[in-house]
Amino acid sequence: MTSSGIDGDIRQSKHHDSAVKHVSGRAVYVDDMATPANCLTVLIGQSSHAHAKITRMDLSAVAAAPGIVAVMTAADIPGVNDCGPAIHDDPVFAVDEVCYVGQSLFAIAAIDMAAARAAIGLAVIDYDPLLAILSIDAAMQAKSWLASPSEMIKGDTQSALATAPHALRGRVCAGGQEHFYLEGQAALAIPGEDGEIKLFSSTQHPSEIQHKTAEMLGLANHAVTVETRRMGGAFGGKESQGNLPAMTAALAAYLTGHPAKTIYDRDDDFMLTGKRHDCRIDYDVGFDDDGRVLAVEFEQALRCGMSWDLSAGIAARAMCHADNAYDIPHMKITNYCCLTHTQSNTAFRGFGGPQGMLGIERVMDEVAHYLGLDPLEVRRKNFYPDKRAGKFGITPYGQTVEDCVIQPMVDELVRTSDYVARRAAVAAFNAANQYVKRGIALTPVKFGISFNTTFLNQAGSLIHVYNDGSVHLNHGGTEMGQGLYTKVAQIVAHEFQIDIDLVKITATTTGKVPNTSATAASSGTDLNGMAAMQAAQTIKGRIAAFLADEYQTNQAEVVFANGQVHIGADSMAFADAVKRAYLGRVSLSATGFYATPKLSWDKDRMHGRPFYYFAYGAAVSEVIVDLLTGENRLLRADLLHDVGKSINPAIDMGQIEGGFLQGVGWLTTEELVWDAAGRLQTHAPSTYKIPACSDRPIDWRVAFYADGENSEDTIHKSKAVGEPPLMLGISSWLALSDALAGIKGAAYPALDAPATAERLLLTANRLGANFV
Amino acid sequence: MRSEIRFLLNGKAQHVSGVAGDVTLLEWLRGQPHLCGTKQGCAEGDCGACTVTMARPDAMGRLEYRPVNSCILFLGMIDGSAIRTVEGLASPDGKLHPVQSAMVDADASQCGFCTPGFVMSLYAAWQNGRGLSANEVDTTLAGNLCRCTGYRPIVDAATALDHGRDGDMAKTDMVKEAAMLAALSSAKDHQDDICLGDEGAQFIAPATSANFAQIYAKEADATIVGGATDVGLWVTKQHRKLGTFIWTGRVAGFDQIETEGNFMRIRPAVTHQQFLHHIADDWPECAELLRRFGALQVRSSGTVCGNIANASPIGDLPPVLMALASKIELTKASKIRTLDLENFFLDYGKQDRQSGEFLSAILVPQGPAPHLRCYKITKRFDQDISAVMLAANLHFDDGVITDVCLAFGGMAGIPKRANHAETKLAGKPLDMAYFKAAAAALRDDFTPLSDMRGSAEYRLLTSQNLLIKYGLELTSSRQMRLAGADLAAGLEGWS
Repeated sequence: MTSSGIDGDIRQSKHHDSAVKHVSGRAVYVDDMATPANCLTVLIGQSSHAHAKITRMDLSAVAAAPGIVAVMTAADIPGVNDCGPAIHDDPVFAVDEVCYVGQSLFAIAAIDMAAARAAIGLAVIDYDPLLAILSIDAAMQAKSWLASPSEMIKGDTQSALATAPHALRGRVCAGGQEHFYLEGQAALAIPGEDGEIKLFSSTQHPSEIQHKTAEMLGLANHAVTVETRRMGGAFGGKESQGNLPAMTAALAAYLTGHPAKTIYDRDDDFMLTGKRHDCRIDYDVGFDDDGRVLAVEFEQALRCGMSWDLSAGIAARAMCHADNAYDIPHMKITNYCCLTHTQSNTAFRGFGGPQGMLGIERVMDEVAHYLGLDPLEVRRKNFYPDKRAGKFGITPYGQTVEDCVIQPMVDELVRTSDYVARRAAVAAFNAANQYVKRGIALTPVKFGISFNTTFLNQAGSLIHVYNDGSVHLNHGGTEMGQGLYTKVAQIVAHEFQIDIDLVKITATTTGKVPNTSATAASSGTDLNGMAAMQAAQTIKGRIAAFLADEYQTNQAEVVFANGQVHIGADSMAFADAVKRAYLGRVSLSATGFYATPKLSWDKDRMHGRPFYYFAYGAAVSEVIVDLLTGENRLLRADLLHDVGKSINPAIDMGQIEGGFLQGVGWLTTEELVWDAAGRLQTHAPSTYKIPACSDRPIDWRVAFYADGENSEDTIHKSKAVGEPPLMLGISSWLALSDALAGIKGAAYPALDAPATAERLLLTANRLGANFV
Repeated sequence: MRSEIRFLLNGKAQHVSGVAGDVTLLEWLRGQPHLCGTKQGCAEGDCGACTVTMARPDAMGRLEYRPVNSCILFLGMIDGSAIRTVEGLASPDGKLHPVQSAMVDADASQCGFCTPGFVMSLYAAWQNGRGLSANEVDTTLAGNLCRCTGYRPIVDAATALDHGRDGDMAKTDMVKEAAMLAALSSAKDHQDDICLGDEGAQFIAPATSANFAQIYAKEADATIVGGATDVGLWVTKQHRKLGTFIWTGRVAGFDQIETEGNFMRIRPAVTHQQFLHHIADDWPECAELLRRFGALQVRSSGTVCGNIANASPIGDLPPVLMALASKIELTKASKIRTLDLENFFLDYGKQDRQSGEFLSAILVPQGPAPHLRCYKITKRFDQDISAVMLAANLHFDDGVITDVCLAFGGMAGIPKRANHAETKLAGKPLDMAYFKAAAAALRDDFTPLSDMRGSAEYRLLTSQNLLIKYGLELTSSRQMRLAGADLAAGLEGWS
């Protein structure tokens, strides 16, 4: 039931709940909080070696420096010295051995940042260097893996490849990506009674910080409370990477009895934290004359860095997206988690999915080039069957694709983007120009929604209705800018049929909703929206039962609509109904809980139904490349994305546009450079270039798929939208490749990512565009 | 010597003393006044989250609202100005300023952390009455990074403002602020030298050139600071103690561009933005380069002389000023020495500047330069440091090339001319064959380095191609550029 009678109902483009606070500087982030007196500043001492034995660590001069209150090393940790999210392989402070440049060795708590900065360099640390493995190539050669490779198999690739009319082999490499959330990692710890710690943290995962902090301090989980009102961006970078800053702040508070905060400045943030996994994907593909892909083998190598972090899940998702939207009869995907002496790579919007998709999109593109076909034609030949086709495709991991809408979406996008005429115009332009080339590409997205790891797909909420009819809303999801709080408040407003202003959004805290999963995997609204709806329904049910009893009617006669509660022919304001229920001694507080149904996953066999449903999208990008310099522009982008039935169109639109440009950035200008000693050279915006305002497409057209509706029983039939649009950015990279393919007599460009101006120029040069 | 600074903060008079000389405006704002709406995103002037506006009256008493990066602006540099932060825009009753409402209405914030900076960049444009039209917005916002939105809604908010709606409001606000500013300081206040902090970090702002000379004579080891867009980073990024540093920005007359014979004389405190406005009509090529120099916040603070004096091998102005055959003037007490700019750079980190000398002016020959072309090669078009920068100029008389200058940045330890390549063009007709020969000869001129901005191979290849491009542009009279707002027009006639 949809009603427009209340303000902030579902389907309305309500502004972000903090929009007014954002524009007036009144939205409070961790570093903005008024700190209690004597609050200490924590600074982390970092390794200067990529891989070495620590032979001596003398911190006496640091401790003696003015303004230093505490120096903390592994020896000062009462419990477990670990901040890793998965297994215990990520020490808070390195002991004996360092495994990347930037690794945390010790921390100091000082009266202010100036004192901390002045002291930190006084540490005397001697190292005995060990062999450092820095790259995927080096790791693959040395078989430096976190675990033995995992495999996902569908059909029999070996015989299919042997008998295929055509075969190709190739390799594509893509760089990592720094999250570059505008707000760096931040946490404030306040000590309480009995060793309790209250943490304010910029994190996607308050529960994990609670658990890891308690474990480090040797306390029960109940001794630590973690609160998160908002993050200044996260994108996966605050799923596990918030642990170290929060835990160092907590340790300082625990040891000194003073409040303490750890705020990473931009350089420290780059040096300390993990990024998107860079990857190397080898492929072996067999196909027929029409471009029908018969079999593909992929070897995916991901650079995980020095520890597991979330790499197991990321690798699984990379494997689960190696098919993207294509129904390929025979597939074998082998994944290598490379252990290197670099930052431990972590979650980043798409969580391995983008890397997985990159492989198959490259394959489609190269097959088309080989056969002299339009890549769109090859893609269309290989799409999963439409959901109305009467037969379903099966993914390499055994999930039936029951909800596929990629074909009608692509048909619509081809029409609305005028793809065919523009493809011809590009060819004509390229024939007439030798110094500058245009390129165009259409790529699809099919992205699995749910955490691969089944048990994570749960969420809780807590709702109080006060006796004046106002509502206090709390749930386990965190707000990082994606508008989750707003959407969930709309869901609750809708349920009670009251204006959204009556619903108070409150900070996520482990004290109200326990044992939450990270706000990740695009699942925030799906999980927390359902949990909140359920809590609201519980309270509604109690009120309805009470009123039905009072009015001697049955509960079905009690209807909440447009701020009123109707009981048969009578009606009263929601607040009056609440007041009466209160006087009638009805509980007006309830928890809600949701666990996603239908899921199963066997991680040893890489098989099951890891995803509740799929989100679909498609994009056309057109670019122009200057062959003299490699400079390029994104001339036009047309995006069509399936958000199901949107709960908040304005917010969903923001996710699509922002995700797309972030994907474009990953594949074009964002380049992480490490030197030969393993030191990250690009650790600030002066050297690491995320898209700026003028990098958005000059002509940008974004639409929702109008027929979109979730086949599954999700929250108000919507679809998750956080991650999928990022992968629409793949079209920009293949459009750049297409432009290079327009060089007269060019071989297949085999363009790697990021396609910086440098890479484009050197690739063009290799393809024969020489002018000197 | 005054040890207190006076300024307006969101319309209220402030008198501040007893602070360290190297405290930044951002640190100060977030400290005692607890104005935490202004954010630190990078502490190097690259992300714009810390943007506030700074206004000082011009000769006519009008205020120009400059968006500045408060993270790298030393507090002493705001004396006598009106500072406005994001907290100071809404009216006392809480009614949002039009730029704030436009941002809300366009759903232009997601995580909100960059938002105050965007709001202040838009506010500056609003107050100045320019920079909000569709083809100016990219320039207005180039210094503000947003990681969430993809910028579309922010651009929508900006262009929605460009309707003259509430047009009088900006003027009323400006007049009010100008009056308050006039009341803040006496004439004598403006003549006082200012000194903040102690030996560890001492900020000195002389008021007159005589005082400047006198102070610098005494403090010959002091660092001269222009806009602090470089020196600021020594403090915020390298955590260095500056000792004594002397700011040029308050010295009367130092912000002037004067005419001296056939030369334009650029004095030490002239900002990039001032220079850009001054030369935009005569040298559009140079103006477009300057448009991509840093971003508005950096150009509003950074100085032309500073970009020469810091002698970075990747500074963008040295090559273009070399291509214009500029000279520089070095002053020590009353002794003035003039030399060709290209002779100032001796080796990496080494210039022809003696102790006690300071760069008192740049002398740029006036007049048209129809064959001047500037090429800035970066990973990202806006707000990026060049991997390679070429400024090329030549004269073409009687069918023959003369006075060719091919000045490169990023190709050596110093900004440097490509002598071998120049030889291939000198005395030749305007023909592609000679530009190709010049491109080939670049190998003899440079052995560039590899770093995070580009490999040696790329730097050499793209430099060679830039000479081809230069030749193509001169022989075809066509611009062949992808950067900038009017790309569609620029595509005509490429072949």
